[in-house]
Amino acid sequence: MDLLTIFVAAILVNNFVLYYFLGICPFLGVSKKIDAAFSMGMAVTFVMSLTAVVSWMINHWVLIPFGLDYLQIVSFILVIASLVQLVEMFIRKMSPPLYQALGIYLPLITTNCAIMGLALLAALKDYNFIQTVVFGVGSGLGFTLAIVLMAGIREQLDLADVPEPLKGAGIALIVAGIMALAFSGFSGMIK
Amino acid sequence: MPPKKSLGAEYLKGLWDENPVFRQLLGMCPTLAVTNAVINGFAMGLATAFVLILSSLVVSSIKKLIPSQVRIATYIVIIASFVTIADRFLAAFFPPISKALGPYVPLIVVNCIILGRQEAFSSKNSIGRSLVDALGMSTGFILALLVLSSIRELLGAGTFLSYQVLGSWFKPWIIMILPAGAFITLGVLLGLAILIETKTKTRSS
Repeated sequence: MDLLTIFVAAILVNNFVLYYFLGICPFLGVSKKIDAAFSMGMAVTFVMSLTAVVSWMINHWVLIPFGLDYLQIVSFILVIASLVQLVEMFIRKMSPPLYQALGIYLPLITTNCAIMGLALLAALKDYNFIQTVVFGVGSGLGFTLAIVLMAGIREQLDLADVPEPLKGAGIALIVAGIMALAFSGFSGMIK
Repeated sequence: MPPKKSLGAEYLKGLWDENPVFRQLLGMCPTLAVTNAVINGFAMGLATAFVLILSSLVVSSIKKLIPSQVRIATYIVIIASFVTIADRFLAAFFPPISKALGPYVPLIVVNCIILGRQEAFSSKNSIGRSLVDALGMSTGFILALLVLSSIRELLGAGTFLSYQVLGSWFKPWIIMILPAGAFITLGVLLGLAILIETKTKTRSS
């Protein structure tokens, strides 16, 4: 598969949030304001790209040569946890305002299933190194696109007259459903 | 510390008051992803229950040995070990289900319900109470998956556990099997859960 297809597929067709249902927690939790949603999207994209690189190296240089594939789950989650920790320390040192803005969400990226899902899916699809990197960046941008669109819609929703029980998560999920429907229109773009 | 609940109440809270899916909005990813057929939802629920119960047992029995700075990492390693067992077990004995669930079995490791229970409950309570709590949460999670997958399979394919239930007059709603159907059904169910909760509250007060 050529790289452009992987990239477009990761952003639009097999969008992480709307197709694989990965990263729903931040998608619902951090999508109330566009700025916060965008920062979250960027943080996820950054961690995803790093994870794609590191998990590929671990998988192909350590786990597969030594026949340790069954340790995939344990080693991936540890890699992700330590990466997030590193990124957190780095951002706190380099850009305190950004650190303030991301706040609690940064450590939460560890349990963001999108990151773990990326490592597992890339291993499952047997991508080579370049493909994995493209897949990681594309998936991160796809997540950003979905969460920013969602935040934009929710800012408008504040003014709408939503039935009382559906306020909050209920209407957010229904909106996500309609978005998923719209995104499924892209599925004709790749075979 | 609040007064201790009876063991029965500890179990029952997982079913409704603190139902992980409908009330706490935890574990949404597997809830949405694998509920296109009842059998998938049920298998996912059982696998998650297995991991949750055993992790709770282990965490509550070694809670005094875990230094608090590295507790999250410790929990994750314990959970990941049980997930690996569940994943290998499904792949060996139920290959079709393992294939249908795909990456979502390994993803149990990042299911917030499991880590959440360890941090909020097992790390502070006795082994017995943690076991009861884990059982209750698992039951609540399985119930939620069953409700969602039943609705989706019935409307999306006209079947239940792949038996044709609705007659030939029924035109399947393809959207229910698609991702969009998952989001919309869960959204409506969440609204219903809140509606029931407010109705019962106003009646009791």
